[in-house]
Amino acid sequence: MRNFLLTRVGVGLLVTVIVSVLAFSLLRLSGDLALEYAGVNATLAEIELLRHELGLDRPLPLQYIDWAQDLITGNMGYSLFTQEPVSALMASHLSVTAKLAGMALLFALIVSIPLGIASAYKQNSWVHWLETALVTLGQSVPSFWLALMLSAFFGIYLGWLPVAGTESLRHFVLPTITLGIAVLPVLTRITKTGIAEVLRAKFIQTARAKGLSTAQILIVHALPNAILPIVSLASVQLGQLLAGSVVVETVFAMDGIGRLALLSIERVDFPVVQAIVICLAAVYVLLTLLADILNMLIDPRLRINT
Amino acid sequence: MTDLKQPQKLTFQLKSGLCLVALIITIAVMAPWFAPYDPYVQDLAIRLQPPVWTSAGHWTHPFGTDGFGRDYLSRLIYGGRISISIAVIVVAISAPIGILLGLIGGYFGGRIDAFIMFIITTRLSLPVVLVTLAIVSITGGSFITAALVLGLLFWDRFAIVIRAATQQLRARQFILAARATGASHLQVIAREVLPNVGMQVLAISTIEMAHAILVEAALSFLGLGVQPPLASWGLMVAEARDLFFFLPHLVVLPGLAICLLVLGINLIGNGFQSSGRV
Repeated sequence: MRNFLLTRVGVGLLVTVIVSVLAFSLLRLSGDLALEYAGVNATLAEIELLRHELGLDRPLPLQYIDWAQDLITGNMGYSLFTQEPVSALMASHLSVTAKLAGMALLFALIVSIPLGIASAYKQNSWVHWLETALVTLGQSVPSFWLALMLSAFFGIYLGWLPVAGTESLRHFVLPTITLGIAVLPVLTRITKTGIAEVLRAKFIQTARAKGLSTAQILIVHALPNAILPIVSLASVQLGQLLAGSVVVETVFAMDGIGRLALLSIERVDFPVVQAIVICLAAVYVLLTLLADILNMLIDPRLRINT
Repeated sequence: MTDLKQPQKLTFQLKSGLCLVALIITIAVMAPWFAPYDPYVQDLAIRLQPPVWTSAGHWTHPFGTDGFGRDYLSRLIYGGRISISIAVIVVAISAPIGILLGLIGGYFGGRIDAFIMFIITTRLSLPVVLVTLAIVSITGGSFITAALVLGLLFWDRFAIVIRAATQQLRARQFILAARATGASHLQVIAREVLPNVGMQVLAISTIEMAHAILVEAALSFLGLGVQPPLASWGLMVAEARDLFFFLPHLVVLPGLAICLLVLGINLIGNGFQSSGRV
């Protein structure tokens, strides 16, 4: 188990390094950053000066090494737009996104696990049809449109909830629902297939024969045996929620990482963009690692075999 | 017990999905015949006409006109072309990449597989939407760059599923038999393995098409995908966003169009998946 974890940490570090190389070079190879940053009115001399000031005229590997050295010491550079340190900028925006993504995942789990269990237990019942309908619709709705619809109905028409900002918990309700619906279908599906499979096992028959109640069978016997893929998927989804909050944060005017990323992309503020991409990749690596560890804690078999 | 009832529900899902998608594709392909007007002709004299179901509406423009006086029904019809082309281009690029990686990793196993898994993990750690946004923005957003970038990024699911399927096939008798008769690895992969993962490829293709359509719509909504004056459903929502409270249909209809197309594709995909063959 220790070997397995060490390998996983090693692979995770390597992945993060490669993603940093990719993010760094992709940004520089897709176009002329100095030209983009200078804007349409800049003269050729101004652009050249800017290119030199930003260090963009140096060979790509050298640029990367310098940047990586700074990164290791905790210096992520400075925003070209606000002149703030990137790390401070990220720290001030991360809390909103973390809160939003965490609540969205919680909301999705609270709905999807009972729904998945019920749908697996009662096939061809109304719950099953409700689940199928919700999953199919949830998969098909574009988030930005759902966000607009929800804010128009609950925010403006009914006037129940605020539609912009992050001041109170109430501001988070509509964004949480929008983002939660995006991950609800896949979590429901994996719960349903997992539970349906476990319910065919012999020990479930034994549990029934012992006279246990349906609730006991489902929650005490079936769910723990179907929980591993749910944990893995939930952690992956949390990573994607952090990265995928761009649209929701934009529609609901929330100052999170996603909106910061979009604004920075539009302003060609590349130090911020590359820092966000790498941090999100690192968070993703960390989350999948945590999921593996969590699964080992839940399932003793994984501790022996690996 | 319930299994007997499954096939009927499936064919219904599959049938309705196929009908829906066929309908949208027909309308999009034959857009010049179905659209009453040129979707790009602006006429500021008739801008923001209300749709026919309001008291001020008129049948000359059934869904009214947008802020530039362009016929909204015609723009909706042409918008289908963008979504469908994005779906086809993205899968045409991503499927070969993902299938190839999955086949190699699953078939050879060992170190080769570990390397393929590493590539897949790296791809999964990349925040796709942000990377796409950044690249499309720097290269100057356009339909083609968005399609290419998405195509080069969305191969992960193909690789993962095909790898797993190939691993299961690898130990089967007919693969061993083919090897025993002297077939090379390439021949075995091409003739024995590939035909047996066809259903998986179909199912993943539908998932990725739906995914690509949704992401393109979101990119265009954020202003970094398809550029005006092209009619993309995501872009149409963005353009009409400020008019939501005067003419809500300008926002509602393009969104519904995306929902219907993606729903149709998902129904087909679910049909394939729950048929038990995948």
